[in-house]
Amino acid sequence: MPDPLIRMRGITKRFPGVIALDGVDFTLQPGEVHALMGENGAGKSTLVKVLTGAEAFEEGKIFLGGSDTPIVNHSPQEAQTRGISTVYQEVNLCPNLSVAENLFVGRQPRRLAFVRWGEIRRRARSIMADIGVGIDVEKPLESYSIAVQQMVAIGRAIDMAAQVLILDEPTSSLNESEVRTLFELVRRLKGQGLGIVFITHFLEQVYEVCDRITVLRNGRLAGEYAIETLPRKDLVAAMLGRAFDDLAEIRVAGAAPTATTVPTVSARGLGVHGGVKPFDLNIYPGEVYGLAGLLGSGRTEVARAVYGADSHDTGTLAVKGKPIACSPRDSLKAGLAFCPESRKDEGCVAELTVRENIVLAEQTKRGAFRLIPRDEQEAIAGKYADLLQIKTASLETPIKQLSGGNQQKVILARWLATQPDFLILDEPTRGIDIGTKTEIQKLCVQLAAAGMSVLFISSEIDEMLRTCGRIGVMRDLAKVGELSGDELSSSAVMAQIAGGRHDEA
Amino acid sequence: MTRLRALTRHRLFFPLVCLLLVLLLNVVVTVATTGSPGPFFQISLTNGALNGPLVTILNRSSELVILAVGMTIVVSCSAGTDISVGAVMALSGAVSIWLLGFGELKDNGYHVESYVVPYAVGLLAAVAVGALCGAWNGFLVSKLKIQPMVATLVLYTGGRGIAKVVADGQIDKVDVASYKWLGNFIQDADGHNLMPIPTAIFIAAAVVAVTAVVLRRTALGMNIQAVGINNKASRLVGLRSNRIVLVAYIFCGACAAIAGIIATSRIGGIDANNCGKMLELDAILAVALGGNSLAGGKFSLSGSVIGAVTIQALTTVLYSINVSADQLPLFKAIAVIVIVVLQSPDLKPLLQRAGGVFRRLALSAKRAGGPA
Ligand SMILES: Nc1ncnc2c1ncn2[C@@H]1O[C@H](COP(=O)(O)OP(=O)(O)OP(=O)(O)O)[C@@H](O)[C@H]1O
Ligand SMILES: [Mg+2]
Repeated sequence: MPDPLIRMRGITKRFPGVIALDGVDFTLQPGEVHALMGENGAGKSTLVKVLTGAEAFEEGKIFLGGSDTPIVNHSPQEAQTRGISTVYQEVNLCPNLSVAENLFVGRQPRRLAFVRWGEIRRRARSIMADIGVGIDVEKPLESYSIAVQQMVAIGRAIDMAAQVLILDEPTSSLNESEVRTLFELVRRLKGQGLGIVFITHFLEQVYEVCDRITVLRNGRLAGEYAIETLPRKDLVAAMLGRAFDDLAEIRVAGAAPTATTVPTVSARGLGVHGGVKPFDLNIYPGEVYGLAGLLGSGRTEVARAVYGADSHDTGTLAVKGKPIACSPRDSLKAGLAFCPESRKDEGCVAELTVRENIVLAEQTKRGAFRLIPRDEQEAIAGKYADLLQIKTASLETPIKQLSGGNQQKVILARWLATQPDFLILDEPTRGIDIGTKTEIQKLCVQLAAAGMSVLFISSEIDEMLRTCGRIGVMRDLAKVGELSGDELSSSAVMAQIAGGRHDEA
Repeated sequence: MTRLRALTRHRLFFPLVCLLLVLLLNVVVTVATTGSPGPFFQISLTNGALNGPLVTILNRSSELVILAVGMTIVVSCSAGTDISVGAVMALSGAVSIWLLGFGELKDNGYHVESYVVPYAVGLLAAVAVGALCGAWNGFLVSKLKIQPMVATLVLYTGGRGIAKVVADGQIDKVDVASYKWLGNFIQDADGHNLMPIPTAIFIAAAVVAVTAVVLRRTALGMNIQAVGINNKASRLVGLRSNRIVLVAYIFCGACAAIAGIIATSRIGGIDANNCGKMLELDAILAVALGGNSLAGGKFSLSGSVIGAVTIQALTTVLYSINVSADQLPLFKAIAVIVIVVLQSPDLKPLLQRAGGVFRRLALSAKRAGGPA
């Protein structure tokens, strides 16, 4: 057997108030795709950061190849020189630089002292073509969707990877075809003898590309397995530390809306110039309504237009029968809530504490001069931290110190805390572990049963089928259909998304 | 050990250390010039007024403390600085004196011998002018999205000019005794001090206290920080960031006006060329010294106050070793560089790496020298 690429032994890393890693071992062989699994806050990202020098660690040793001298990377750049290249969970590129510049930042090809821009553009185009994203590499990165930004980060890392490629939840905002392209690339690199570390909460993807699995639980090593020896339900049990059926039926058949019921939200011909085309939408009390479609199909645009995050140019919008002005502030006061898809961009207020982040929307709803008393704030934050199992050292921890999935839970808590009549969830379970994901799905169903209306957007059709009573389908920025009752099946939704059989009249 | 570490991690640790260092410097200079540290700590009561270096530092720092309070809020929510505060001090001071001597100023040789309009109206006018200037800055920043530094450059250059026009290019004097109360001591009709503590200290304390209470009793503090940290997220939770930024600049302008009132009262008149000159830089420095990031977001009001006092203490010690007013900025610039470098998040890894290189060098030197 060849020497392993990386051996991490007894790694311990503490943050104030938490032990993120407690004597963890990790081994990466050449030519393998190694899944790193665990609940939110288990320590996956921290293990990666320790390896690449993005974070320092207290105890343990890291060996490369067959060498017996431990090494320490002091910075990701140093790790890069050792052939380890990484895509971190939070894409950390420069939004205002062009795609090409982002691909070559810090490693611009030069002749004498001059950066060779022509060369950069040419190579950038070929990198993006390689990963199947045909975009203008001279446009600023911020003009593209999160999915494309994520692909750019992946492209950069793959281009630099010499021995080890680390992907921390790279697929969280990618659609199926992008995931497929990525996996082809991963297999190719694996064939070239690279070792690949793959972190995800999508179990299917693990079984699709990975060879070995290392499971972390609460900062400790729960076990290392060959993929064949660990069926899905055992993997879930290893991550959670208990048996758990994440696929159990949770949907309760709600009462079908009658003609006389006043919809919670009713949109007539709502449209945005250059954005989503005019659509009708009626969502009734007590239902979970799903919006399916590919990335860029207009799902998010519908949600934003309904909440008033983007102003609409045509049509009308009514909440409980009353017309409503179009701004987030008015929507919030009218009982709407909108949990956006990009938690870093539009969710987290990084330096504020978990408590402040949770009460922020409710506080604004009540008005800046009616401060929620401190103990009530703590009660609200505490309640949702328990409900959503938010793992944090304390409620006074800045949100930026939480793991990615736990940040997502805090943002979700922020909107639940406003006790809305109409809750819009755009990819609410992105980056959330399998146990909590089911809890959130259950919560949606429960809230609806209690009379709330929920608009649920997700790239995972299974997740929507489990929670939604009706599903609207989006394609090319237009609403092309609606399915309910017996029509709801994975194949029917897929067919509509693709625009095959059920083509609109 | 852990408690010590917790102490050093505290937000105010660094600002307080700076303040203590500068005070220590003062003591050293006092020892060098008088042979004992005693005089620096001496506080005497003469003619019903407290005197002594410490009282002077506190008194002289009043304007800066007030400016720093306004600047802190502006920096937090707009991630930029208001460089017009010095000019706004001069402008609001000039307008208030012009109003107090309304129509008679020129005839009296630019002296106000008695108030033409009530004193209170003059004060309110100053604050209104400051707020108006702030509203202009805030409009440029929040509505037109002009970079704060550039937006406030307009009044930085223009404000003083307008002040000179208002003052007719003269140094206007106010000869009414009560006019000097705010910048000195409150006195009775015979000129006896009624209050042993300089009035400016009270005003500064009041501005700090009112601001702190408002921030604590409302959600404004959290909202200002939220807007400064993540504008998009703030919009979604229903915060009107434009309005918050506008109000912050208005508040900062009003603070500048209050500082202007104290400054004009101190000298009993307005010298539009020199009133508040260079104070904008001191105010920004005070915010940074207080451990606040100039990139906006989280802020600590008490940090800024400590920063302001530190700068005044630094000015005092520099003057006492006969650094001239012209050279003063150079020394402050050095202080700025040191602070900015110490606060840089990149410093720690840099030091670590430097340490690593050093260790490696030492190691190879040992190896090279060893077995040979
Ligand atoms: N900078 C930090 N400061 C303090 N605590 C931190 C910091 N970064 C991570 N932690 C803590 O370390 C623990 C592990 O976090 P980590 O990000 O490694 O989790 P993860 O397994 O990647 O979770 P997720 O699936 O949510 O991404 C968490 O409890 C987190 O709160
Ligand atoms: Mg993570």
